[in-house]
Amino acid sequence: MIDVEGLTRYYGEKRAISDVSFHVNKGEILGLLGPNAAGKTTTMRILTCYMPPTSGSATVGGYDIFEQSMDVRRITGYLPENPPLYTELTVDDYLLFVAQLKGIEKSRLKSEIDTVIEKAALGDVRHRIIGKLSKGYKQRVGLAQSLLNNPQIIILDEPTVGLDPKQIIEIRELIKNLRGDHTVILSSHILPEVEQTCERVVIINEGRVVAEDTPENLTNRLRGSERIIMQVEGSEETVKKTLQPIADIQNITVKPENNGLVRVEVESDKDVRKELANAVVKNGLGLLELTVDRFTLEDIFLHLTTKEEEVA
Amino acid sequence: MKAISAIFNKEFKLFFYSPIAYVILALFTALTGVFFYLYLSSFVEAAFMDMIRSQQYRMAPQKFNVNLMLIRPYFWNIALISLFTLPLITMRLFSEEKRLGTVELLYTSPITPTQIIVGKFLAGLAYYVVLLLPTMFFHAILFLYGDPEFMPVLSGYIGLILMGASFISMGLFISTLTENQIIAAIGGFAAALLLWVIGWGSSFAGPTLAPILNYVSIITHFEDFAQGVIDTQHIAYYILFSFTGIYLSLKSIESVKWRA
Ligand SMILES: Nc1ncnc2c1ncn2[C@@H]1O[C@H](COP(=O)(O)OP(=O)(O)OP(=O)(O)O)[C@@H](O)[C@H]1O
Ligand SMILES: [Mg+2]
Repeated sequence: MIDVEGLTRYYGEKRAISDVSFHVNKGEILGLLGPNAAGKTTTMRILTCYMPPTSGSATVGGYDIFEQSMDVRRITGYLPENPPLYTELTVDDYLLFVAQLKGIEKSRLKSEIDTVIEKAALGDVRHRIIGKLSKGYKQRVGLAQSLLNNPQIIILDEPTVGLDPKQIIEIRELIKNLRGDHTVILSSHILPEVEQTCERVVIINEGRVVAEDTPENLTNRLRGSERIIMQVEGSEETVKKTLQPIADIQNITVKPENNGLVRVEVESDKDVRKELANAVVKNGLGLLELTVDRFTLEDIFLHLTTKEEEVA
Repeated sequence: MKAISAIFNKEFKLFFYSPIAYVILALFTALTGVFFYLYLSSFVEAAFMDMIRSQQYRMAPQKFNVNLMLIRPYFWNIALISLFTLPLITMRLFSEEKRLGTVELLYTSPITPTQIIVGKFLAGLAYYVVLLLPTMFFHAILFLYGDPEFMPVLSGYIGLILMGASFISMGLFISTLTENQIIAAIGGFAAALLLWVIGWGSSFAGPTLAPILNYVSIITHFEDFAQGVIDTQHIAYYILFSFTGIYLSLKSIESVKWRA
């Protein structure tokens, strides 16, 4: 549904993105993940035909962003990083304007607006002036605007910025419900968000794609060095002495906690849970807890992005 | 057409949602009203003095021409006040979109830059017509109590609207250059003033430059309209001017888009 081929964009001398390529399937939600200044917004602005790339090409819904920009814009709903709101208009007037911009026929205007107002839960504020709304509500108005005319493609630049935890959950649910009927790209630097809402993730750092996969696969890729965390009764030295000899342990840290307990973190590319437990028990130490800490996307993200920095 | 009317409606609505529009409307009405009163009272006084004089000397009273003595200078006056008012209307036309970030909405919507610019231009022009409404009311008073010629009034308004269109297209262009409304307004004043005074310069300029300066000056072309003459040459000037402003605005937003 969306094909991105070698997009590069310069701002003057500065290169914002280089050779960005990825693909989004129909009905899929793709997360564009990256730290500040990675080039997420730049990529989205190119895909929405806000500005052209310096080189590279892309098609959105089968339409070329250069040759058929009008068609791209017709089938795409876009929430920019800063919601594009006329602060003096009421929510209703604003949505009416955007609906007209999108060329919705007169007979469908009212029902279209009602639909997005309901989706974004704006019923209570629809007659209020946008400038007087809280940041979270402004964000929702921006989101509602992007859903007008039921677009095939929806591009959301950090949709949950500025929302409170309850609203974040609501908006995530809303986005998840778009799956299937709409093809969605959303950007974020909040990792759990991407993990929860997206089927696939493109990680972008310093303008380059550094990884593209499902959240599960990305997690598995770093599975090799899983972490095991234990809480053991005993002194720091004895615990260390007991566990260190075990084969296949890459790294072990022992930190004392309160009331005679220590916290042990073990990194290994094999499953050494049994060996660890046996060693502790055999030596008469008390094993209070043993858990496996899967790497979260956050760790992968940090891992990938720091690795990239080392190369640079 | 639908896109143009969407832009037009939004823009026109926004004028009246912001207090600035009412301040401008009030100021414009007050100024044109005061001048109307001054012109009218001096005209009445002159006519009255003449009547007394003619009774004293037992002569027939002179025929005082309202069109010549009141309406014509009054149109000049409105034109001058417009010169200082229109930059206040055009300053926000595009700068505001940049400041709010709504350009991102406009440029990613299925509408063309031409539709955006034309919609905004027409909204500015419509607002100017609203500004002129009270002055039409003042003119109506003259028709109620006297019998001025109608044609010069009509041609005066045609001239004002054409000249206004020129100022608005120029102000719109300046507004596309900056996201700061104040700068857009000052730029608008400066440009309008320059085009206004350039005609005066022609009296000092040499024989080759003088006609050119005269032609460029926005004021020279208004002269005939104020006198009740509708000349296609002057209409062509204002239309050409407006198209140039619109064209430059288009080029400006297209290049900004490229650099954005
Ligand atoms: N209009 C601009 N002019 C010059 N440089 C720009 C412009 N917009 C972005 N950049 C630069 O391009 C790079 C990528 O910026 P971009 O906004 O795409 O990052 P981002 O991933 O969206 O970051 P964030 O998470 O902070 O929104 C940054 O280094 C930024 O400074
Ligand atoms: Mg961004």
